[in-house]
Amino acid sequence: MARARGRNMIEEGYREMNFQVNYDDLIPNNVDLSSDQRLMRALEQWHPGYIDWWKAMGPDGFQEAEVYLRTAVSVDSKGWARFGYVKMPEYRWGVLLAPQVEGREIAFGEHKGEPAWQEVPGEYRAMLRRLIVIQGDTEPASVEQQRHLGATAPSLYDMRNLFQVNVEEGRHLWAMVYLLQKYFGRDGREEAAELLMRRSGDEDKPRMLAAFNAPTPDWLSFFMFTFFTDRDGKMQLESLAQSGFDPLSRSCRFMLTEEAHHMFVGESGVSRTIQRTCEAMKEAGIEDPYDVDAIRALGVIDLPTLQRKANLHLSATLDLFGSEISTNAANAFNAGLKGRYQETKIDDDHQLRDSVYEVLKPGENGFETEDVPALTALNARLRDDYVDDCAKGVGRWNKVIARTGIDFEITLPHVAFNRGIGLFSDCHASPAGEPLSHAEWEAAKSAWLPSSGDVEFIHSLMKPERRPGRYAAWIAPPKVGIDGKPGDFEYVKIA
Amino acid sequence: MSLIRQHLIDPDICIRCNTCEETCPRQAVTHNDDNYVVDAAICRYCMDCISPCPTGAIDNWRMVSAPYTIEQQFGWDELPEERLIVTGENDGEAAGEAVEDEAAQILELAHRAEGGKAVPPFSAAHPYVNVYTRDNPLVATVTGNVRITGDGASADIHHIILDLGAAAFPVLEGQSIGIRPPGTDERGKAHRLRLYSVSSPRDGERPNHNNLALTVKRVVYERDGRPCEGVASGYLCGLRRGDTLKVTGPFGNTFLMPNHDQANIIMICTGTGAAPFRAMTERRRRRNPGAAGSLMLLFGARTPDELPYFGPLMKLPDSLIDRELVFSRLEGKPKEYVQDRMRARSADIARLLASEHTFVFVCGLKGMEQGVDEAFSAICEENDLDWPALSAAMRRNGRYHIETY
Repeated sequence: MARARGRNMIEEGYREMNFQVNYDDLIPNNVDLSSDQRLMRALEQWHPGYIDWWKAMGPDGFQEAEVYLRTAVSVDSKGWARFGYVKMPEYRWGVLLAPQVEGREIAFGEHKGEPAWQEVPGEYRAMLRRLIVIQGDTEPASVEQQRHLGATAPSLYDMRNLFQVNVEEGRHLWAMVYLLQKYFGRDGREEAAELLMRRSGDEDKPRMLAAFNAPTPDWLSFFMFTFFTDRDGKMQLESLAQSGFDPLSRSCRFMLTEEAHHMFVGESGVSRTIQRTCEAMKEAGIEDPYDVDAIRALGVIDLPTLQRKANLHLSATLDLFGSEISTNAANAFNAGLKGRYQETKIDDDHQLRDSVYEVLKPGENGFETEDVPALTALNARLRDDYVDDCAKGVGRWNKVIARTGIDFEITLPHVAFNRGIGLFSDCHASPAGEPLSHAEWEAAKSAWLPSSGDVEFIHSLMKPERRPGRYAAWIAPPKVGIDGKPGDFEYVKIA
Repeated sequence: MSLIRQHLIDPDICIRCNTCEETCPRQAVTHNDDNYVVDAAICRYCMDCISPCPTGAIDNWRMVSAPYTIEQQFGWDELPEERLIVTGENDGEAAGEAVEDEAAQILELAHRAEGGKAVPPFSAAHPYVNVYTRDNPLVATVTGNVRITGDGASADIHHIILDLGAAAFPVLEGQSIGIRPPGTDERGKAHRLRLYSVSSPRDGERPNHNNLALTVKRVVYERDGRPCEGVASGYLCGLRRGDTLKVTGPFGNTFLMPNHDQANIIMICTGTGAAPFRAMTERRRRRNPGAAGSLMLLFGARTPDELPYFGPLMKLPDSLIDRELVFSRLEGKPKEYVQDRMRARSADIARLLASEHTFVFVCGLKGMEQGVDEAFSAICEENDLDWPALSAAMRRNGRYHIETY
């Protein structure tokens, strides 16, 4: 009954917004899909494979559950966040682009000032396809990484948030597949099929980026992943939203609206974990955050372990930015395909012909800065913007700790800490940024990264809590519900 | 006095994702390194930013006489406490229950059984009264109007939701609003004012939506042998979605919900007398469901079909509320009234009465107060309590409230 109501509400929503989103098509869209029969056929052929992928690799064990999900029915503010109970395989994944800006011009690079492209510029076809495929590959990868988490959700609220993240990552895959199939012909169709063939962590057909092949084994890892790694996704989407290729820009602009929810799940998830730990310490009269055994005996995650998890997830995510000095990045910028973070808000010539950017490098006397042509330092710059964005979130976590009066601060490790790609991959550093010899690093690293004991302890806490309004003992309830719902709302009705 | 309903972002929940700033068509949202904030001078309440916000931080509102500046908001770690602004004109003491004579007379009559001047519970929020008057009514829009009694029930009771737009209409649980049906009576005079208790809590029928709910029974009576319909209730029950109507108030400054955590609230009602109790229960459920104090509801109707909100009431968890639904016309069962059920729960009620944190509210048809008083008296006798002394003390301390019509 509830389900029927939910669906009706969503369908009504679609009909109300009919002027924008065609709901009568199999694939809800605001791109006038029905006028492009070739594309519609391609997408409809791809659709069953996607559903098979979702059923095989999507959330394990909850495909029949009624989940209180947000479904975008149009991209305007009234229609893009409709809530209702939906079974995940029946979620309406659609193709939704932010509105076209009349007269939009390319904002940077060699083509600055020219009208934005509505078709793929021939000379950049391969480069553009590569950018879209890499972005597209991360979306299903994270669904695969997270597929076992439903079984140990610390509440129905958290389970619902996980599934919302998952279906939206699925929609982001759709967004990229639409671009591939509409603008890249046969190559694009092949790439779209490949996106469903690769598997996170698979030895033969792994996902393209390393961080997307490591499993997300527990909920703390999930929250850390959505805070740190999805934030890389946000930075990449922001840069692609600047693109001179208008359909890519519009796709990414709308995806960013959904990505914000993923940031929220991560930031608030860790924040609630911290909150519960500090409360439990206070209740038990424990002031010393390093009294780990006593704190763990309370069934909460000690702050030093949270610090080690943050160290791990930040350093693994920094590798996703690639080489700090990169001609590929320079080429994509010059070509007008991928801009800088918030490009249009930066006050400069947007061509970077003569400007330099200060890049940190390993040198003879430790880490030293060096002026590098700004064009080749674009990855370094995006990484720096990313670290600034992370630092603000970590600052808000520290406010939670400070409010309880516990003397502890979570810090972001230095960019050279525990790196596998880029300028710092051949050297070692402590989280504080002191250069270390290989021997020093080997001796000390277990204090900075999660140990197998940490991982075991975290796993021991992962007991499901499925009563509405109840939360596992290691995490505090959220301050407000989703869609203004009360605390004991049944976000997931498990079949 | 002029109040505005200021749109604010909760910095404690916001994750600074920039979605609201991106969405706002008027650039009313801005930020510094710490906070995202809304400029009250620019915001026009279009609500475009509300649904895209991933956290719900965007959905916060405060009644203020002077808006918080952007600079003030930049400095916040959390939202300021809700301040209850009292100006000379609106001071409850000076103004009485309602400045408008007609509303005051109605309330005076409704509260007569309290005997003498009533005082509000010590922990009640300070009420606003008379923000909108006959000369300066508020135009509200109907956003919902549904029958909530069963198909077979003879009583036609409606749940009506009124949207208040961007107007400041701060109403507390237990307060009423005034509605005068349009048109004139047979003598060509404007219709009498009617007061209706709001049945939604102070933050709206939907949290943080500027709306309120009423529970209205269509009055049918016989006149000269012909069935007639109550003018105001017929008007309200016949309103459709999108219709507008003029309302005044809020009214009432004593029949108010105690807010402290230990407060036990005994709510005794019949029919649409449940309206203020729905509001109080919902307030407790939203704000403090694990409160130390308990809620007890004794609610009488002819049949379950005629008991407004029967379904939703049954769904409330036992941990929130102790419910006694009492029916006087159940087939095959002897007639039972709320006072009978009170006696059946004598020991539990006596235990509550013995606490100085217990507040009694009675709302419903005129006359029920007598049966209720007798039941309390009998309960006290059974349990070694002195009802005359207790009842006097409770009235003196704002712990015994009656509103009957």
